[in-house]
Amino acid sequence: MTVRIWSLAGALAVLALLIALPDVVRGYYVALATKMLIFALFAMSLDLLLGYTGLASLGHATYFGVAAYTVALLVVRAGVNSATAFPAALAAATVTGVLFAPLALRARGSYFLMITFALAQVVWSIAFGWRSLTNGDDGMPNVVRPDFGWSLDNTVSFYHFVLATVGVAALLLAAIANSPFGRALRGIRESESRMQALGYDVWRYQYVAFVLSAFFAGIAGALYAYYNRFVGPEYLNVVQSAEALIMVILGGAGTLLGPAIGAALIVYLEDFVSSMTEHWVLVLGIIYVLVTLFAPRGLIGLVVEFRQRRAAK
Amino acid sequence: MPAQGAGAGAIADRRGRGCSMIWVIQTLNGVAFGMLLFLLAAGLSLIYGLMKILNLTHGSFYLVGGYIGLTVMRLTGSFVLALIAAAVAIALVGAAIERFFLRRFHLDELPQTLLTFGFLFIFADLSLWIWGGNPLMLNEPQIFARSVPMGDYAYPVYRLFLIAVGLAVAGALWWFQEHTRLGTMLRAGVDDAEIARALGINVSLLFTLVFAVGAALAALAGVLAGPVLSLYPGADFEVLILAFVVVIVGGLGSLRGALVGALLVGILDNFGKAYFPEFALFTVFVPMAVILVVRPTGLFGRR
Repeated sequence: MTVRIWSLAGALAVLALLIALPDVVRGYYVALATKMLIFALFAMSLDLLLGYTGLASLGHATYFGVAAYTVALLVVRAGVNSATAFPAALAAATVTGVLFAPLALRARGSYFLMITFALAQVVWSIAFGWRSLTNGDDGMPNVVRPDFGWSLDNTVSFYHFVLATVGVAALLLAAIANSPFGRALRGIRESESRMQALGYDVWRYQYVAFVLSAFFAGIAGALYAYYNRFVGPEYLNVVQSAEALIMVILGGAGTLLGPAIGAALIVYLEDFVSSMTEHWVLVLGIIYVLVTLFAPRGLIGLVVEFRQRRAAK
Repeated sequence: MPAQGAGAGAIADRRGRGCSMIWVIQTLNGVAFGMLLFLLAAGLSLIYGLMKILNLTHGSFYLVGGYIGLTVMRLTGSFVLALIAAAVAIALVGAAIERFFLRRFHLDELPQTLLTFGFLFIFADLSLWIWGGNPLMLNEPQIFARSVPMGDYAYPVYRLFLIAVGLAVAGALWWFQEHTRLGTMLRAGVDDAEIARALGINVSLLFTLVFAVGAALAALAGVLAGPVLSLYPGADFEVLILAFVVVIVGGLGSLRGALVGALLVGILDNFGKAYFPEFALFTVFVPMAVILVVRPTGLFGRR
């Protein structure tokens, strides 16, 4: 019981800190924190699929990018109100998930990785190739931020908007993960055949998890389009998908909190390393190798291991 | 692949005359490119078939192999030496990656994929550091630096040489797989690695060997592509993705699938770039998506 009270107090303290952040640090870091929050949500959305359901996707950027492009196309090309574009973007990401899930779910393991990768490439090739619609490689600038009566154009108000959106999404994700549905997903991760034998319709659970994770990735993608006021094909790239994977693994798959920390860490490191050297890509590659070799269960896993070892003594 | 696209465009400009010859030339270009893809896809497919590893470093083997060949060619002037040096160096790199890294995670696809992704980044950054960001062209060997008349056009002999090399490698791999002891072991391993091990086959050695040979083939493709496509940062990714399309279309673990898939993708890619430049990638990805839907194991893959 005391543990619960302490973690609740901790969560509230963190929340208070996050809300007060713009009063403490300067604008540059508020913008960086906004990016961290967006990628935290992106990583958590993948965690629902990877950590909870046990399906490793190499195409998660698809849903992120489809939402971002929907916002940009509606706002820039169709002149739709930016706030109206937001739900449309979530719908687009979800529909893409609905369409791709049955194709991807025919396979497991490394073939699942490959099919999600291949499907992601199809979408990327449209964004990259269809220049007259998407500007191809150059991307689409001038994505205005929504205006809900108060302007989101300044860094601080946009930060609070992102914090609120990501906060609500994270609570929803946590509720899903701890619901009977979420527990069934964990059962499927541990043993598909056993859950099948228990009478669970495993395919349907995986399908719903896939679509939900696409939906939440869509929220992150739409926010990111607002954040940069720009979209480009790199949002849909496999590099983006792989970055989401490493964020989840670095933090600790299957914990939600871990992937959020992993995402914040990678975003921070990218900013920090890029300010010192041109070789961020090299550093990122080394992070992939080191995490895989030495922290396969992530930072949260390391903490748990450390505690267990201390308890054993 | 800008260099190739430009070549195809120049040919397409003269489309008025000898329309049918244009088709022959475009098809030959596609087959030549397909042969390069085959060299990549054969390794990718065998590595997957045997070890179930999705090797995302394969494109890096191609690019770094090509760069090594380029450096050796500049130092010695010998194309043959460039091929040998690239193949040997990358084979060693591949063997090391398999032995010291991938092996720890046998049949655990996520860590393996992340490792190969990590190496992809590391090689991309290191080669950008060493060889710079501009496209570099390899000189073709003297004897192939000419053209043969083909209708109203002149066709570069080097591309015909590429087709010949591809066919020779395909023949050699097939012979190796069907008629040697090691090839038999390989087929047994692809069918069921556990049983193969139980039968006393040294699966461990086989893994390293296949990974090294696959890497070497990718390096050869890099050197061979140098005079036609040039080498530049990002080429690693472009060929990797096309090679993946090839194995998805052809079926994983099948040499025949890799060959048929490579020719198909090479030709589609070439015609796409010449006639629908805006949807060039689409002409390749759409057939792949259709095959994924209709026949997820690919044209020649087994379940």
